[in-house]
Amino acid sequence: MNLQAAVKSFPELLLELGDANPNVFVVSQDMGPVGPFSQKYPERALDVGITEQNLVGVAAGLATRGKLVFVYGMAPFVTMRGFEQVRTDLAYNEKNVKIVVYFTGLVGGPWGSTHHAIEDLALMRAIPGMTVLAPCDPHETERCLRGAVELAGPVYIRMGAFVPVHEQDYAFQIGRAVPLRGGSDATIIATGTMVRQAIEAHNRLKARGVQAGVLDMHTIKPLDAAAVRDAARTTGRIVTAEEHGVIGGLGSAVAEVLAEAGVGRLARVGVQDTFCTEVASYPELCEIHGLTAEGIEKAVLSLVEGGGP
Amino acid sequence: MIPNSVAGRLERQAVAIRRHIIELATEHVCHIGGALSVADLMTALYFHVLKVDPADPRRRDRDYLILSKGHAVLALYAALAERGFFPVEKLKTFEQKGGMLAGHPTLKVPGVEVATGSLGHGLPIGVGIAVACKVEGAPNRVFVVMGDGEMQEGSVWEAALAAPRFELDNLVAIVDHNRFQAANAVDNIIPVAPLADKWGSFRWNVIEIDGHDMAQVVAALERLPEAGRPTAIVAHTVKGKSVPCLENTPRAHYTRLTPEEAAEALRGLEVTS
Repeated sequence: MNLQAAVKSFPELLLELGDANPNVFVVSQDMGPVGPFSQKYPERALDVGITEQNLVGVAAGLATRGKLVFVYGMAPFVTMRGFEQVRTDLAYNEKNVKIVVYFTGLVGGPWGSTHHAIEDLALMRAIPGMTVLAPCDPHETERCLRGAVELAGPVYIRMGAFVPVHEQDYAFQIGRAVPLRGGSDATIIATGTMVRQAIEAHNRLKARGVQAGVLDMHTIKPLDAAAVRDAARTTGRIVTAEEHGVIGGLGSAVAEVLAEAGVGRLARVGVQDTFCTEVASYPELCEIHGLTAEGIEKAVLSLVEGGGP
Repeated sequence: MIPNSVAGRLERQAVAIRRHIIELATEHVCHIGGALSVADLMTALYFHVLKVDPADPRRRDRDYLILSKGHAVLALYAALAERGFFPVEKLKTFEQKGGMLAGHPTLKVPGVEVATGSLGHGLPIGVGIAVACKVEGAPNRVFVVMGDGEMQEGSVWEAALAAPRFELDNLVAIVDHNRFQAANAVDNIIPVAPLADKWGSFRWNVIEIDGHDMAQVVAALERLPEAGRPTAIVAHTVKGKSVPCLENTPRAHYTRLTPEEAAEALRGLEVTS
């Protein structure tokens, strides 16, 4: 069976959840109907317009009344303009709200840095009690969404411009990395869109005689620290890959684990402490900033050729 | 008209609440001024208006009160304690290690709906609760108490735009218009007046009252709701009300009373009651 064939998109899943549970609400910002759910249950689909503070606050209020609330909005705005509401109204106040965002990473492409989200994982990860998910393909997105519903409390789910990655069924659990490829020379720990690039990097490296394993780290928080330590102990070299800045996201989270365990050497693939100001399409921007299989390959080779464990 | 007995009973209750605030403010440097300005409003809410059950603070049919101006927490704690949500003796543990009474409301305290303290958060949350209740067809009402300095927060006006859109006639915003914020008079920082005009232009039903005249307070709160739209009560108040040395002074925002100042204020309250 094709794992990706029966995948439900977020709007389709929202309808399924809403049919089963009259407490399901969605709150969005100036984006029109969220699929068939909005048509079928208009009173439970609120568009609060071009606001972020109010967007998140309203969600917190609905959850105060026991609703299961999805916030659906654009990553850079929800996480930055609405940050304090996410932190205080949702996390500190222990609200059962799931934040589902699009326009993540560099998807905004030529629209410019206002529409890029390269800090969102760092921001969300810093909040106590927050669960942070960054799936890598449509199938995993659905599993993350279903997993988030099973969890009480706030969850951040980072969507993306995904193509299928997973071909075979696998054990999915929030907080557990998924091993996708084996390799004894290095381990590529990737999240989101970079998982696909990591697999391609694995193939390219293999052709050069370098065996690099691949871990799909769909959960940024709580991070699967055991998987990171195991990878460092077995392969020594770790390369992280994320469509996000190298500060505060997956790379930093892995660095924390490695430093505390005193194992491994690390290279981080991601946007290097810079705004992506080049006028370029989304794929072109990813090329420019090394968010590619080639970029990962180079990082692995730099560790391999740099010597040491 | 409000029966004199109701206003009289609430005025006596407000004295008890003020007494707690003043006593705690002799033990602690605290946000006393905004607690005293909102004390009459909180008294009317907890002892006459709100449908709440101290024995079951989370019961489904309760009215919701969000103290968005969370620094006025002493008025909330005193009202909750007097109303029976927790023992009055616990007030003495305010801001003490290991206690439940932090300097801003938290979920540890029975009767507190939302932890607040950062301004401008209460009204959006109130909008969300009010929407949820309306969709359920439930009769619960939602009251959000804000400060006038808080009107400088943009999030207040985001929510002010949203509430009429959703026809939230179960939502009441109360502005404690004491004309002072932390550093100085609001007019000397960034003026927010005329507040009644602003809320009216945002399509709210507006009621302007003297927030220390219990008959007016009760009349305003009892007149609710107006069908189809939310209500804003602009309550003109005095920061530091009933502590003569603090009234209408910047000092009132955050200070500690000397025993003499407290004694003078408490004597004044005895005369009132």
